Amino acid sequence: MASIPQDLKYSEDHEWVLVDGGVATIGITHHAQDQLGDVVYLGDFPDTGSSIEQGDPVGVVESVKATSDIYAPISGSIVEINADLIESPELVNSDPYGEGWIVRMKIQDTEELNDLLSHEAYEELLD
Amino acid sequence: MGDAGRETVRHTPLHGVHKGMGARLVPFAGWEMPVQYSGILAEHKAVRERVGLFDVSHMGEFLVEGTGAEAFLQRLTSNDVSQLAVGQAQYTVACTETGGIVDDLLVYKRSGERYLVCVNAGRLDEDWDWFSGHHSASDQCSLVNASDDYAQLAIQGPRALEVVQRMTSVNLKEVPTYRFVEGVAAGRQCIIARTGYTGEDGFELFVDSASAEALWSACMEAGEPDGLLPIGLGARDTLRLEMKYCLYGNDITTDTTPLEARLAWITKLDKGDFIGRDALIRQKEEGVPRGLVGFVLKDRGIARHGYPVIVDGDSYGVVTSGAMSPSLGTAIGLCYLPRGRTRAGNSFEVEIRGRLIPAEVVKTPFFKRAGN
Repeated sequence: MASIPQDLKYSEDHEWVLVDGGVATIGITHHAQDQLGDVVYLGDFPDTGSSIEQGDPVGVVESVKATSDIYAPISGSIVEINADLIESPELVNSDPYGEGWIVRMKIQDTEELNDLLSHEAYEELLD
Repeated sequence: MGDAGRETVRHTPLHGVHKGMGARLVPFAGWEMPVQYSGILAEHKAVRERVGLFDVSHMGEFLVEGTGAEAFLQRLTSNDVSQLAVGQAQYTVACTETGGIVDDLLVYKRSGERYLVCVNAGRLDEDWDWFSGHHSASDQCSLVNASDDYAQLAIQGPRALEVVQRMTSVNLKEVPTYRFVEGVAAGRQCIIARTGYTGEDGFELFVDSASAEALWSACMEAGEPDGLLPIGLGARDTLRLEMKYCLYGNDITTDTTPLEARLAWITKLDKGDFIGRDALIRQKEEGVPRGLVGFVLKDRGIARHGYPVIVDGDSYGVVTSGAMSPSLGTAIGLCYLPRGRTRAGNSFEVEIRGRLIPAEVVKTPFFKRAGN
């Protein structure tokens, strides 16, 4: 089991959230990519600028065998989609917490960050 | 066989080996089977470029033996068993009276009166009911379900011949495609067949279940110099799909005929009577209403099994198999299209999560070896 970064927050849907000022960068965890297997496609992203409610789908990640929705862990507007994943979806496997990030959102309500799990709580979820 | 109630998950003789190798195990047709070891893409590539080893012991084996064996199989299957030489294998289907496919099968002719029929794991019970239900003493042949007695390993890939040759004194160069010999490999009595489900050169070895583990280890060792990898069902599926080999339950079912599935080449309507023949002759005369085609998506996305197929704005069945092709890097799939729309270049749409993605019929197999 790869270590779980301590500077991130986590959702029960196995997404991670990096908060930097008013912007949240979102990806899927090492555990999530491991369960999916080789990622071969990401898509169905909302347009940049569109408003998203917490829990809404913000894309789909597909491995050879499985299709999995990505749900917005917080509400906000879409700032950026990781364009590198179009050509190189395997980054989600090789570097899930780094170059494999998926979407950036402008945080609408910082209160919602309290709904997310700490790294300790996420580690417990996996046990 | 035995246990009629199939509540419990079934294991091949190699289940413990897979667990020990860290394979990811998943339920498949009532069995717990490895879906991947190192990763589906790496495994797929290993088979296309080097060599891979598969445990396919979940497949079933029926033995048909006696003076009436050929006649019995002629009646139960669509291909012409009388054309088989001793030591030859034949791809075929068993049909219902209405021409639907009970299962797709391989028939191995072991001697003038002895045949082995290899059946799909997911259809084992239905096939046994079908075969035994159509078998009687007047057939003058015995019918035995030997599925538990046999393990089956497949060694597939451009280096498969070298790997298997290291384990046997049988000259494998003298065993052409779809031929087999009964001989010794790694000290075990085997049926060594030059068959497979990947589109690569390769062999399938039938061995008694008690020898499965020893043979698996011998294959791993013999393949080591060639970079052999163990291969799970995930890559087995992408490999067969790239060749447009049918998967029972997806691409062919009791609701599809071999003519619709483009398996006319194994449907010998002029060989004499067989179960389903009348219905198939009628369908051929009336015109086969649809055909199984290969397609590629023309926009981003992956068409998966069960996604709606849209022809001229109307729903027309579903994608029967679909994946991102590891060899081609494009989304490929199979589906039935109406007569007149099945030629390469024809367009239709696949509905993916509410969106219509354009698709185009292409020639198959999707994957062609360089130089072929």
